[in-house]
Amino acid sequence: MDYGTWRGVFSLVILAIFIAIVFWAFSRRSKKQFDEAANSIFEDETSSTTNSDKPESKKDE
Amino acid sequence: MSQTIPQQPNEYNMKVVRQFTVMTIIWGIVGMALGVLIAAQLVWPELNFNTPWLTYSRLRPLHTNAVIFAFGTSALFATSYYVVQKTCKVSLFSDKLAAFTFWGWQAVIVAAVITLPLGLTSTKEYAELEWPIDILIAIVWIAYLIVFFGTLAIRKTSHIYVANWFYGGFIVVIAMLHIVNSLAVPVDFTKSYSMYSGAVDAMVQWWYGHNAVGFLLTAGFLGMMYYFVPKQAERPVYSYRLSVVHFWALISLYIWAGPHHLHYTALPDWTQSVGMVMSVILFVPSWGGMINGIMTLSGAWHKLRTDPILRFLIVSLSFYGMSTFEGPMMAIKSVNALSHYTDWTVGHVHSGALGWVAMITIGSMYYLVPRLFNQKEIHSIKLVNVHFWLHTIGVVFYIVSMWISGVMQGLMWRATNSDGTLTYSFVESVQASYPFWTGRFIGGVFIVVGMLLMAYNCYKTIRAGRRETAAGNVVQTA
Ligand code: HEM
Ligand SMILES: [Fe+2]
Repeated sequence: MDYGTWRGVFSLVILAIFIAIVFWAFSRRSKKQFDEAANSIFEDETSSTTNSDKPESKKDE
Repeated sequence: MSQTIPQQPNEYNMKVVRQFTVMTIIWGIVGMALGVLIAAQLVWPELNFNTPWLTYSRLRPLHTNAVIFAFGTSALFATSYYVVQKTCKVSLFSDKLAAFTFWGWQAVIVAAVITLPLGLTSTKEYAELEWPIDILIAIVWIAYLIVFFGTLAIRKTSHIYVANWFYGGFIVVIAMLHIVNSLAVPVDFTKSYSMYSGAVDAMVQWWYGHNAVGFLLTAGFLGMMYYFVPKQAERPVYSYRLSVVHFWALISLYIWAGPHHLHYTALPDWTQSVGMVMSVILFVPSWGGMINGIMTLSGAWHKLRTDPILRFLIVSLSFYGMSTFEGPMMAIKSVNALSHYTDWTVGHVHSGALGWVAMITIGSMYYLVPRLFNQKEIHSIKLVNVHFWLHTIGVVFYIVSMWISGVMQGLMWRATNSDGTLTYSFVESVQASYPFWTGRFIGGVFIVVGMLLMAYNCYKTIRAGRRETAAGNVVQTA
C-alpha cells in the first residue's frame, strides 16, 4: 500500500471510529448512565432545609 | 430551590489545592503586571531604563511564561487536583508526589523569572526555557501524570466524570509536546541548540505551539468548565452526551491545525492547506462545547443578574466562542495574508487568554477560595462584581484596540503605489499604532486593578477562615 492510500484508509478508519462514538453517546442505553454521571458531582452536597445555610450570593433568588 | 451545604471529608488532600490556588492569584498579578509594563514600554520606550534585563525583548517572554505556565498552569494544577478528588471520591494517589509537583513547579517558575531577564533563552516561542529547566519541567510533569492518573485508578466511583477526561487529555498531550519540542543538544549549562532545523523546526515548534493552546489553554480549562459551571449554576451540564462527543472531536481535530501558524512560509503548500481546512472544521466542536456550557444555565438565566461568579464563568464561554470563531477565520489563507504578523493576532490571543482562560480561572478561584478555607462565601460579593466589570471593560478595551491597529497595519503594509513601490514605510505603521497601544495599556491597568481587588478579597476570606479554625469553630464547608 503506498503512502497516499494508507493515509486515505487511515482517515476512513478514524471517521468510522468517530461515528461509532457518536452513536454510542446518543444511544438509549447510555442515557441513564450519563444522567447519573452528570448529577454525580452534586453527591458531595447534603441537602439542608435551614435558611441560615444559604450562601450570601444566592440570597435574593 | 433546595439549598445545600457541601461536605468535605477530612481525608481529601486539600493542602496542595490551597497552595496552588494561592499561587494562581499571586502569579496572575505578577504576569499581568508584567504585561502592563511591556504594553507601556511600547508606548514609552524609556521605561526600559536602559537596563538590559528590563528590555522589552527579555520581558515579553517572561510575561508569556508567567501568564501561561505560572498563572494558568497553577490554576490547572489546583482545579484538577480538586476535581479529581471530588469526582472520584478518593484522596490523591500520593501526597508526597503531589507536594513535589507543587514545589517543583514553583522552582520552574522561579528559574524562569531569573533566566529570562538574563537573556538565557532557546528562542522557541512558549518554550524559551533552557535545557536544565526543560528537564525539570519534564520530571514534574511526569509526577503530575502519575498523581492524576493514579487517583483515577483508585477511584471509588464507577464512571469517570467528563471534566477528568479533559484534564487527563491535557496532561498527557502536554507531556508529549514538551518532550518532543524541547529535544536539544546542549553546548554548556545555559546554552543549547534545537535538534531540528529549517522547515522541520518550524513545523515542530508550531505543532507544539498550536497544541499547547489546544490542550493547555483549551482542553485543560474545558475541564474546569465542565465542573465549575454546573456547580456554580447548581444544575447538571446541559448535555452529557454532547460533552463526550465534544471531547473526542476536539482531541482528534486539534492536532492537525498547527500549520495555520505557518501560512506562506517554507512549509509545503499542501500542509498549509490541510492546516487551513482542519482549522475551519475545528469551529464545530469548539462551538459544541461552548453551547453545552452556556446552555447549562437554561431555565436559570436570572442567576446571572445576582451572581457575579457565575457571570465570570459564563462570559468566559462567550469569549471562548468569539476566539474560536475568529481563529478559523484567521486560518483561511487569504485572511491570514492580512492578519499575520499584525496586532490582530495579538488581539485574538488575548480574547482567548484574558477573556476565556483568565475569566474561567477567576470564576473558579472565587468558587474555590471560600470552600478551601472553611468559609461559606467570599468576603465581599460586591467586590467580585466590581472585579467582573473592571476585567470585562479591560478586555474589551484591549481587543478592540488590537483589532483596529491590526487591520490598519495589515492594510498599510500591503498598500502599493501605481509604480509598485510601497506606500508606507514600516515606521509609519508603528507611528500610526501608538493610540491603540495606549488603549491596550489602559485596558491592562483595569485588569490588574481587578486582580488586586481579587487578591484583597481572597486574603480577607482566607484570614477569616484561619481565625475561625484557630477559635475551634470549624464550619463544615467544602
Ligand atoms: C478554533 C480554535 C482556534 C483556531 C482555529 C485558532 C487559530 C489561530 C490563528 C490562525 C492564529 C494566527 C497565527 C498567525 O497568523 O500568526 C492564532 C494565534 C494564536 N492563538 Fe488561536 N485559534 C483558536 C483558538 C484560540 C484560543 C481559544 C486561544 C487562547 C486560549 C488561542 C491562542 C492563540 C495564541 C497564543 C496565538 C499566538 C501564536 C503566536 O504567537 O503567533 N487561540 N490562532
Ligand atoms: Fe493555532
